[in-house]
Amino acid sequence: MKAIKYASIVCITCAILAGIAIPMVPQPQSWLEFPIIPGLEDKARNIFFHVPMAWSSVLGFLRALYYGFRYLRTKDFDYDIKSVSSAGLGTMFCILATVTGSLWAKFNWGSFWNWDPRETSIFILLLIYGAYFTLRSALGSDEVRARLSAVYSILAGLTAPFFIFIMPRVIGGLHPGAKGDTAGSTPVAQLHMPPNMRVVFIISIIGFSLLFVWLLDIRVRAARIEYQLSKKEI
Amino acid sequence: MNVMVSIWAVVSKDIRSELRTRYALNALLMFVVTSVATILFALREDEVSTDVLSGMFWVVIFFSAMSGLSRIFVSEEERGTAMTLQLVASPSEVYFGKLIFNCGLTLVLSSAVTVLYLVVFPAFIIKSAVVFLMTILLGSLGFASSATIIAAIIAKANTKGTLYPVLSFPILIPLLMTVMKSTTRALDGDSVTAALSDFQILVSYVMIMIAGSSLLFDYVWKD
Repeated sequence: MKAIKYASIVCITCAILAGIAIPMVPQPQSWLEFPIIPGLEDKARNIFFHVPMAWSSVLGFLRALYYGFRYLRTKDFDYDIKSVSSAGLGTMFCILATVTGSLWAKFNWGSFWNWDPRETSIFILLLIYGAYFTLRSALGSDEVRARLSAVYSILAGLTAPFFIFIMPRVIGGLHPGAKGDTAGSTPVAQLHMPPNMRVVFIISIIGFSLLFVWLLDIRVRAARIEYQLSKKEI
Repeated sequence: MNVMVSIWAVVSKDIRSELRTRYALNALLMFVVTSVATILFALREDEVSTDVLSGMFWVVIFFSAMSGLSRIFVSEEERGTAMTLQLVASPSEVYFGKLIFNCGLTLVLSSAVTVLYLVVFPAFIIKSAVVFLMTILLGSLGFASSATIIAAIIAKANTKGTLYPVLSFPILIPLLMTVMKSTTRALDGDSVTAALSDFQILVSYVMIMIAGSSLLFDYVWKD
């Protein structure tokens, strides 16, 4: 876990430094210059932070779903602890991704919110996280709470393909990979980036994923202690 | 064959107990009338587009469904009959029985809303009946398929009434977006081939939700 901690610190520091400090010039000559994208200019730097945050929030949901599934199979309470910790972290990254994306949209697309398919899907991810925690708070006993919230996360996961693959195709949108965008044909949009930007982007994705793993470990350990303490009081 | 008989037994038991009190049916229909009346007050004599009308149409169905469809499991828990039902029928029989009952209830609900809309909104003219019928059928099936499993989940919770729409909405959004679009198509008079992609989405949604919830229902139902 120590190695993951230091690796995530190094990766994210690199990504922040490189993402902010590397100048953007019209004709990039060396490795340390990004090309200017017309219409985006310095606003393009958001991709190094916004996309990894959205990535981590989806990662959080998938892990919550996976551990929920494991809980239903084994009835081992430790999986429920992992599931809820992962969902909590996912919520945090989801809010961060929504805020960074929304601010960027204000300056680039003209308004904070446009109901483009990907904006809709992150809004729904927020709603699912909200519903998940509301459900948990409404259930009394530990066992029922763990079981039903695992079922709900799997049910919510079942609708994910509609948002990832179908809605962006059917409804026109502003993100890359939407209907009518000939360049991006894969669901998560192909990366049309110069190689040096791509390196920074991938380092940032790795950094945020490792940060997620590190934070999840801390939260799981804290939740385990809390659970044991609550058992002792009874 | 035995399974079919027990599923039908669950359905007929629910129909009989519903007809005795008519609680869910009355609540649903009154909800429909009040919400349509509210929309009428808001719109008055405005010229409304088909987009707005089809959106309003499904908004009414969504909220009325949310007020009535949870009864199916909540009443079992309230009357303390859930245990007995667990003894006499297997989980999948209970699930499909309740699903069929909820499908019927949603169909009644959406036909009532359709009739009301046809009467009170002059702009609500169904130009392609096949598209509209398919949308209503698949939409009701989709509503019932996800509303039934959520009803089973919230029946175990403390705050049943408010929790139901909160939990159902994120899961119903793909369905709602699609049925609103294909209802607009029906009102604009598009052909069936134009609406085919919507029907494909609806059918896959219904299949995914029914398959998923019949697998997950065991974990919700058994204490």
